[in-house]
Amino acid sequence: MVGIVGYGSYLPRYRIKAEVIARQWGADAEAIKRGLQLTEKTVPGQDEDTITISVEAARGAIQRAQIDPQEIGAVYIGSESHPYAVKPSGTVLIDALGIGPHVHVASYEFACKAGSEAMYVAYSHVKSGEMKYALGIGADTSQGAPGDALEYSASAGGAAYIMGTERVAAEILFTNSYTSDTPDFWRREGEFYPRHAGRFTGDPAYFKHIVGAGETLLQKSKLSPRDFTHAVFHMPNGKFPQEAGRRLGFTKQQLEAGWIVPWMGNTYSGSSPTGLAAILDIAKPGDLVFMVSFGSGAGSDGFIYRLTEEIKAIQDRAPKVREMLDNGKIYLDYGQYTKHRHKIKLNE
Amino acid sequence: MISPRYAREIPHRYQLLAARCSSCGSIAFPPRRVCRKCQGQKFEAAKLSSEGTILTFTVIRVGADRFSKQTPYAVAIVELNDGVKITTQIADADVDTLQIGQKVRLVFRKIQEDGKAGILCYGYKAVLV
Amino acid sequence: MRDVYVIGAGMTPFGELWNKSMREIFVDASLAAIQDAGVDHVDSLYVGAMSPGLFIGQEHLGAVVADFLGITPIAATRVESACASGGISFRQAFLEVASGASDIVLAGGVEKMTDGADVTEALATAADQEYEVYHGITFPGLYAMIARAHMHQFGTTREQLAAVAVKNHRNGMKNPNAQFRSELTLEQVMKSTMVADPLRLLDCSPVSDGGAAVIVASAEVASKLKRKNVKVTASAQASDTITLHDRKQLTTLDAVVRASEKAYKMASKKPGDINFAEVHDCFTIAEIVITEDLGFFEKGKGGEAVEKGLTARESGKIPINSSGGLKSKGHPVGATGIAQIIELYEQLSGRAGDRQVKAAKVGLAQNMGGSGASCVVHILEAT
Repeated sequence: MVGIVGYGSYLPRYRIKAEVIARQWGADAEAIKRGLQLTEKTVPGQDEDTITISVEAARGAIQRAQIDPQEIGAVYIGSESHPYAVKPSGTVLIDALGIGPHVHVASYEFACKAGSEAMYVAYSHVKSGEMKYALGIGADTSQGAPGDALEYSASAGGAAYIMGTERVAAEILFTNSYTSDTPDFWRREGEFYPRHAGRFTGDPAYFKHIVGAGETLLQKSKLSPRDFTHAVFHMPNGKFPQEAGRRLGFTKQQLEAGWIVPWMGNTYSGSSPTGLAAILDIAKPGDLVFMVSFGSGAGSDGFIYRLTEEIKAIQDRAPKVREMLDNGKIYLDYGQYTKHRHKIKLNE
Repeated sequence: MISPRYAREIPHRYQLLAARCSSCGSIAFPPRRVCRKCQGQKFEAAKLSSEGTILTFTVIRVGADRFSKQTPYAVAIVELNDGVKITTQIADADVDTLQIGQKVRLVFRKIQEDGKAGILCYGYKAVLV
Repeated sequence: MRDVYVIGAGMTPFGELWNKSMREIFVDASLAAIQDAGVDHVDSLYVGAMSPGLFIGQEHLGAVVADFLGITPIAATRVESACASGGISFRQAFLEVASGASDIVLAGGVEKMTDGADVTEALATAADQEYEVYHGITFPGLYAMIARAHMHQFGTTREQLAAVAVKNHRNGMKNPNAQFRSELTLEQVMKSTMVADPLRLLDCSPVSDGGAAVIVASAEVASKLKRKNVKVTASAQASDTITLHDRKQLTTLDAVVRASEKAYKMASKKPGDINFAEVHDCFTIAEIVITEDLGFFEKGKGGEAVEKGLTARESGKIPINSSGGLKSKGHPVGATGIAQIIELYEQLSGRAGDRQVKAAKVGLAQNMGGSGASCVVHILEAT
């Protein structure tokens, strides 16, 4: 049996409300909230980044797995906001958590699905017998261009997964991936903000790949949507994952546990991984969980998990997503938000 | 921030690695060659507790250039549960409501940057529990 | 050890001296001291300076100033102990004459702080770079943490801190070399910009340029020049942990306690025998804590003492900082310790004019580095 032996998540405490952003740009707050089904989003502290978020999430994963960090053989962090363009985020994380030095480390990039790709590779290393444990993380502090639609959703957060073969809490039954050259959303080298192709990001990009991967995964597993207790899809806004679920045959109830985007925003590489963590926080032994991520450019990774008895033992060992989502929130105004997001041109 | 100087402090700043004097048991943070208390020169590795109490604090409103965009921020002397005292920022706090005696725990944060193109420097900060 | 006398003094005004370089400032002060002493040569010199390297990119200061004073090839040494550089420069000169190695030594101090360096960052090098400054603490921040602890433990008030600044400005008004010669009210101090809670701008000594020098000599030289009237009866120094957080008590400056204990012993004096003192008021709270640690007041009562006027120049039990202190006189770091000696010298020689402390016979100067990691105490007496 191969699967998740420990998981952890982290959301910063700062928030900004959709109506505050709307007021700044003279937009219709209510229309946006209705249309995108977004209320507020997380904002990283000035002292937080993909590295610090990954460290806190991975700390939770190690606490849940109760393993010796020295036994982790690989650390892969997927993000589109790695603090360094050259120097993997994982190199800082391993020294913070006592992992290594005998460890593989690399940074992954695939827009919003870099995290799920990292999870897949970590799983593969363990499945192939290469190593006892591997850590895959999805974390981001992505930028939304000022005044752009994506400014309402681009947020910060992440989740970490330790894959192993002993005391598995969520067995990975099936995986797949579906990729094509679809230029829906991208960021050129040296550019500060990403760009996107408007409505082209919908059907030809997000839906094509999520449904493409999702349908294939269902076929591969010979399961049907009603067999699953929970489902989570990449959440760029509140609406898209609900529509993806509908197209694949899932109900709103099945999506509920992982549908945290209206209050979290889109944590990009952290999106479906954090949604998955929210599900694992409350899931029960025997539950089947369906997960399909999406990263622009474009591609989707699919996973089917089956929860074991172990999940009961590990859930309470580290902070939970809903606790971090609901408690200790610090609201920012637009000026404070721009300072936190380095959107102000400083005299450097 | 010069890389070699930064790299040497990583084990202490990231994992709170300290040294316990083999003769008198007092903990040195960061580790040192000679025990302050008994002048002993033999030590064992030790890890600091990551929980403590605020002994005193201030709110920096005028900082050195590299911290000037983060003001106001709180800096405190925290006594950790093992008796070791450290100087550290209090993150995510309402600086106007801090009090001596509040309980904190240490978290991993970015402490400073060496300008736009230099290295990123991480370490411990405290948050209220 | 032989007896040592201070036989001459000279200083520049303290302030923003845009037109003078560090060398010129030091030479101005030194020539004035040499002339005042009436000597025709010095055997060696010491120059206290905290960080010419960071402030103006210049090290090797001993050689530089000896050259500019035109007195090479004498031995010339730069002394550094953060803000105690000047006081320790004086101590080195004292020891050199007391030991018999030299008969006439110039002890000077200088700092040029306005040539464009990041002053906050330069001053912060007096604290622990890796475990204090790395985390964003500043000097006002360190003293602010001491202030908060003192207020929490002893009930010292914001008004008592402000009273120190008000008193020192009142004294500074009578000092022709002071940077600020203006009256300060309690309200002005309490309303000034907050720098590091609870310390405000007017709780902090300023950034200054300035130089000061004294000539110390053997009894024989002093006698010959008819300047045998101010004797150095004690010189003592102590150190403490570099980090504030490792101190035994946040509200006691142990280096001050130990240096002064040694000094009192050396001069066979008790705190009650001191008529007046110059102390290191880099921040208002520092003066309060120091007066307690020098034994002038009970621990925790330093704030009450200044509030009650016990340290006022004219009517106080023990006038503190008749010169205006660092707050009003200015704080060109390396020069401060020497300027304190000069105030003692002027008072004990009866030359302090408007600032004269009545019946000044025994004076104490306390100079300190960083947040109290080094401290030097001198006692001078009129003979």
